[in-house]
Amino acid sequence: MGIGNQTKRIALHAILLIGVLLSVFPFYWLAVMSTNETSAIFAFPPKLTFGGYFLVNVNHVLENSNFIRAFLNTLFVTVVSTTLQLFFNSLTGFTFAKFRFPGSKALFFLLIGTMMIPGQMLLVPQFIIVKTFGWVGSYKALIAPSIATAFGIFWVRQYALSIHDELLEAARIDGCSKFGQYWRVALPILRPALAFLAITTFMGTWEDYLWPLIVLNDSSKFTLMLALQQLKSVHTADYSMVMTGTLMATVPLIVMFLLVSRQFIAGIMEGAVKS
Amino acid sequence: MGGLLKEIYKSRALYLFISPFYLLFLIFSVFPIFFSMYLSVQKWDGIGEMTYVGFGNFTYMFTDPTFWQALVNNIALWILGNAPQLICALVVAFLINMTIVKYKGFFRIAYFLPNITSMVAVVIIFQSLFGSEYGLINFLLQKIGLPRIDWFSSSFGSRTAIAAMIGWRYMGYNAIIYLAGLQRIPRDLYEAAVIDGATTAQTFFRISLPLLKPIILFTVMMSTIGGFQIFTEPQVLAGTQSPYPGTDTIVLYMFREGFNYQHYGYAAAVSWVLFVIIGLLSIINWKFFNRSDD
Repeated sequence: MGIGNQTKRIALHAILLIGVLLSVFPFYWLAVMSTNETSAIFAFPPKLTFGGYFLVNVNHVLENSNFIRAFLNTLFVTVVSTTLQLFFNSLTGFTFAKFRFPGSKALFFLLIGTMMIPGQMLLVPQFIIVKTFGWVGSYKALIAPSIATAFGIFWVRQYALSIHDELLEAARIDGCSKFGQYWRVALPILRPALAFLAITTFMGTWEDYLWPLIVLNDSSKFTLMLALQQLKSVHTADYSMVMTGTLMATVPLIVMFLLVSRQFIAGIMEGAVKS
Repeated sequence: MGGLLKEIYKSRALYLFISPFYLLFLIFSVFPIFFSMYLSVQKWDGIGEMTYVGFGNFTYMFTDPTFWQALVNNIALWILGNAPQLICALVVAFLINMTIVKYKGFFRIAYFLPNITSMVAVVIIFQSLFGSEYGLINFLLQKIGLPRIDWFSSSFGSRTAIAAMIGWRYMGYNAIIYLAGLQRIPRDLYEAAVIDGATTAQTFFRISLPLLKPIILFTVMMSTIGGFQIFTEPQVLAGTQSPYPGTDTIVLYMFREGFNYQHYGYAAAVSWVLFVIIGLLSIINWKFFNRSDD
């Protein structure tokens, strides 16, 4: 390897590292602010190192907001939503991948077509429906509309196509019902596809803002994102507390992402190339 | 005919399996589409009687300067928030994909990290970075001898701040998607080009860029759709009523009309206009990127 190549390699890595620093810096800034007093943040020049006020700030968050309540609310909605979606999306996706029945092609095309409808267009009528059902202010309004999603079904179907027919045939001969073939044979094979779906669904539901803002009116039912927005608009003077709340709402997702990042990114890349 | 019915009866379990999706689809998508079409020509506050107003909602919208301002803001935010970010993503993906780069897995994860942060959190973090008196960015500006900027008092400033939020959150995501495309391009192509004396820039413009076209189209379409649905950033920044200058978007306008003022018919009409705008832009994207394939 020549000297030129070596320099080029170092320069490339340096450029990429600068990009990484820009990607990570806002997280660092968030962490720094949540460990300092508000006055330190408003100092000039701003303080860029960690302080000792993290626990004080955490206490402020807990005293001034329904943080724990909102955390549990979000956890509940997210877990129920994700579980239901995994079940219905995988069952439907598997059915479309491995069975032919009258209308199956047309129904599948219809499903793909629904992915083109922009969600915002449906907000007003969806809200009116939810209101008619008497679901405003209840978690049913958050969970029900997304029990089965076109993207999730499509994702599972693509993966389920690779399940061998002989395997299902053998299960059928052993007396497995169609549901049994799904539950006993397909589900274990689909596990990697479902893992990716679980994580994207979990994160998407955890971070959802617009729809909860529309259908939840009682602050004791607020999800984390709504609680965070409320904390921000009511307590602008106590900036370090707002930042601590933001950190507390963000860290669980970061930890989860880092735990599964490899599979997660592999999933994104696979999906991108297919579409 | 009897055969078909028998087929359908035999597949009854399968229809049961797929029915939840179609049931929800009917209630939460099909019905809302028609209902919103119907609503868009009505005047309705959600409680009283509906009044048929024909195209009245649309003619009012087209004379409302707030609507036009929201449209202009949306276009500005879409371009500012996506064009620089997508170009950076392309360059980052190209660099990571080069054979001499090590630790590709690390770079992928590090660049992707911002994408998992919620938009609400991103707004709170960036609002403090862009703070007018004490913000870090103003501190750095003054450090290099430039005047500080009161970011959220001008259209230019607040749009820049929002564009930074979008760019920071999505650059890595798009880079990962480009990387997926680049990894499908055979290495031999690059090696052959290098043997023929091509520079790195030439391989980028002559090999990577043309072969990535379908994926670039995908990201541009997605960012167009996303760009015209901007809501969370201005809403979290300043609430639904008094957005900072230059950031009142169409979805925010629709939200305000529908959910704050209970102008349901009017909000439905706004959502249809939004749909047409996104549809038209998608067609333009499609035509533009497929031009040379004919």
